[in-house]
Amino acid sequence: MEYNKNPLTPHLQIYKWQISSLLSITHRITGVINAIAISLICIWFLLTVNSEKILFENILNSFFGKFLAISLCWTFSFHILNEIRHLAWDAGYGFDPKISKITGYTTLISSFLLTIIIYFFGASL
Amino acid sequence: MAEFSLPNNSKIVEGEYYKDKTGSKNIKKVNVYRWNPDDGKNPRIDTFEVDMDNCGPKVLDILFKIKNEIDSSLTFRRSCAHGVCGSCAMNVDGINTLSCIKSHSDIKGELNIYPLPHLKVVKDLIGDLSNLYKQYESIQPWLKTSKTNTEKQEILQSQKDRSKLDGYYECILCACCSTSCPSYWWNGDKYLGPAVLLQAYRWISDSRDDEKKERLKKVADELKLYRCHTIMNCTNSCPKGLNPAKAIGSIKKMLATS
Repeated sequence: MEYNKNPLTPHLQIYKWQISSLLSITHRITGVINAIAISLICIWFLLTVNSEKILFENILNSFFGKFLAISLCWTFSFHILNEIRHLAWDAGYGFDPKISKITGYTTLISSFLLTIIIYFFGASL
Repeated sequence: MAEFSLPNNSKIVEGEYYKDKTGSKNIKKVNVYRWNPDDGKNPRIDTFEVDMDNCGPKVLDILFKIKNEIDSSLTFRRSCAHGVCGSCAMNVDGINTLSCIKSHSDIKGELNIYPLPHLKVVKDLIGDLSNLYKQYESIQPWLKTSKTNTEKQEILQSQKDRSKLDGYYECILCACCSTSCPSYWWNGDKYLGPAVLLQAYRWISDSRDDEKKERLKKVADELKLYRCHTIMNCTNSCPKGLNPAKAIGSIKKMLATS
């Protein structure tokens, strides 16, 4: 029997999101954002290394600059914390559905805490 | 590149609405995915009003009630109705499970029933699992031994070695896990998927099997094994409470430490 003409059953459209799958896709997205952001920041820094310090301060003090800085603090915090979960899994721990749920929520909440810490630590420099 | 949206012939259209004829006050609206290979139309969602006062406790009971009393053309697989055979695996309320052991009272509001995700439909709630069975065959799920006893003796196993199979031998291959896995959706032709990898691990960790190394070597592949990104949909959906994610993690760990 030839099945090629048969329709495909719905997948992403119907599957219920769970904390595990949500964090997994977020991990990927933040990873991509971090890689791009760090490269761009390095390039930007190299290009403007000779210009005056006041330029950086103006950008970082604007609303958009602050928003960007805080967002990147979060993508970085989340990615690094979730990576710890992945390391634990690679070592063979934390596969129990209950435990992975707990570590998932912990990661999410602490990523926001870490964002605040990094941002204010950075701002105080 | 993975295709996230459904192809044109798979887009779901609105179906028929079957109003309750019993006059019951305890009605549940049940939305069921339908596709008929004979009429050449797109899949549709039919809505049935089901009288819950005269219905068994499980989702499969609802399907039987619809088939017996409302629309006899509704097609689904089922056999044992006790969560042992794995035939009635489907997507109930957004998560894959066995409809025979899933209580409908857990689900508030309307009940949505779809076939297992990202498969070719055969009819209504039946998806085509031949790819999964082919992959299952590829891991050679049988005991391989180099012992060539002339007298056919049984190969003994200590209780400790036997307990290593706990949590793996119970798999009934209902395909709930594999079809819940986004990696398997996008790379189902190459990635083995949680069900088959759990079975692979079951044979790798069997003390009576003599081809552990060959088996490990066979699954150690960027696509076959490492498409698993520990999304955990598999473990969260397994109706038998097994942990395919852990089995895959164990294979990865064995490969990393051997």
